[in-house]
Amino acid sequence: MSIEISNVNKYFGDFAALTDIDLTIPTGQLTALLGPSGGGKSTLLRVIAGLEEADSGTVTIEGADATALPVQKRNVGFVFQHYAAFKHLSVRRNIAFGLEIRKRPRAEIDAKVEELLELVHLTAWAERKPAQLSGGQRQRMALARALAIEPSVLLLDEPFGALDAKVRKELRDWLRRLHDEVHVTTVFVTHDQEEALEVADQIVVINEGRIEQVGTPDDLYDRPASEFVLGFLGPVTRLGGDLIRPHDIEISRYEQAATATGPITRWTRVGFEVRLEITPDDVLHPDPVQVALTRTEARALDLHLGDQVWLRPAVGAQTVTT
Amino acid sequence: MNGITTARPDAAPAAPSRPRRRARRSTLTRASGVGLGLAVVWFSLLVLIPLAAVVIAAAEGGWDTFVGTITDGDTAAAIRLTVVEAALVTVVNVVMGTVIAWVLVRDTFPGKRVLEVVIDLPFALPTIVAGLVLLSLYGPDSPVGVNLVNSRQGIFLALLFVTLPFVVRTVQPVLLELDADVEEAAASLGASRATTFRRIILPALAPAITAGASLAFARAISEFGSLVLIAGNQPRNTEVASLKILKYIEGDQQAAAASVAVLLLLVAVLVIVALDLISRRVAARG
Repeated sequence: MSIEISNVNKYFGDFAALTDIDLTIPTGQLTALLGPSGGGKSTLLRVIAGLEEADSGTVTIEGADATALPVQKRNVGFVFQHYAAFKHLSVRRNIAFGLEIRKRPRAEIDAKVEELLELVHLTAWAERKPAQLSGGQRQRMALARALAIEPSVLLLDEPFGALDAKVRKELRDWLRRLHDEVHVTTVFVTHDQEEALEVADQIVVINEGRIEQVGTPDDLYDRPASEFVLGFLGPVTRLGGDLIRPHDIEISRYEQAATATGPITRWTRVGFEVRLEITPDDVLHPDPVQVALTRTEARALDLHLGDQVWLRPAVGAQTVTT
Repeated sequence: MNGITTARPDAAPAAPSRPRRRARRSTLTRASGVGLGLAVVWFSLLVLIPLAAVVIAAAEGGWDTFVGTITDGDTAAAIRLTVVEAALVTVVNVVMGTVIAWVLVRDTFPGKRVLEVVIDLPFALPTIVAGLVLLSLYGPDSPVGVNLVNSRQGIFLALLFVTLPFVVRTVQPVLLELDADVEEAAASLGASRATTFRRIILPALAPAITAGASLAFARAISEFGSLVLIAGNQPRNTEVASLKILKYIEGDQQAAAASVAVLLLLVAVLVIVALDLISRRVAARG
């Protein structure tokens, strides 16, 4: 197993940033640490990298105990949210930095850098300074720089957080493809559940310094271990006494066996999606229920604001009883 | 990882545009034109015209007076002393100023606020007061038994005292702005603290250190007030250029005074240019 974390605790003053973390990160896979801001996921990543020292517990990287190793000796590639580019060096020299530190022969460095420039599609920009690159290019440069030292693990701290939505999406796809070819054990931190679901082989949900659940994206989505995981991976609403995803609710204008019934009290259109709010007539569960359906479905069902509708869980929908 | 290529990302760049060329065309609007005019007039009145006047004054004596003055034994000694002392003081300032700035920015300790204020004292004190302060501590009635009056060490000390804040104050804000990320990135790539400092931090600080060093040097070769009391003003021993100029003027030798002034001016310009070149080197090296 590539990274083994056992019993790690970390405090900042009185604040418990990490509590009893036990985690195994499999070799060659892309693992996402997912959770809300301030939940401890970045701290965990920094503990793995050696940028932060755990107050107790051990970190083992590729079978060797790395707990006492300084960051310089851990052979990890680290990518920061804000690129951390060496501003006074050209793209080429940024990428070569780790190899120069290791005093590799010039010819080897040049060959490796050339190969990486190709890999991150920055060959044409090799002599530029980081300030002359776009955010996406800078982050690709940072990635090449981290990969240059052939790290045993690649760690990315919210790598796409500072980019705009479109570039973020492109880089996300690109990271997935890159990983499929380079196969370096990769851990990345994100607070974006879509990013984690789309890119990761394994997701670790972290909240308030504790691991909530570990699993594949489908595991987590279909079998959330807690209300928190369910809520964090996508929108949820409460139908009757159960938690359910808004798009898993069947809605009808005609009277049928239903969990709740009431008028449509709110109508929000977001692109292809229509989000409805139904206020049930049920005095036991008077809170509004959110329902999501496509615009086409809404039109086919002939729904309008104010219509009386009947709601029930769709066939195959997962619900969590609380 | 040999020979790997990935599918081209959609963000993949098209052909790179040519390296940006600095626009030669003026970008002045009417308002900024007036501003520039004002700046030039102001600068001319205060700096350029007086400088030109000094050069003319030196030239009035003719080339012989100029060469004669600066090759005169006493004068040459005074100029050499001034430049050497100023250079030494600048070197010490570059090191100590950077260290002090580092401590002020990176460390927290009791009394930090007080130190922040104290650093500026040499700026705030009239230089004659600085001379008096040094005289009372290192003068003939020194409470610590060290008498530096009439000695080159005294000059060195006085120059150090008045130039202390320059490098500290220019380096400090730049150091504050440095990203911790960048140092962590260097560390994760295997760079030791020393290597990170040399290859990442120093290049970033170089322009600020140079600016501080230029100021310190310029101040040191022109220092007058604090030296009047402590230097003793002995020809060929502790007489500095500024005091030599005073002596020429008192002796009604305007052209000679101007000659020394012009030489000092040249030295200052040369040193500032040289420091700038060094700074560019360091900043580009990494």
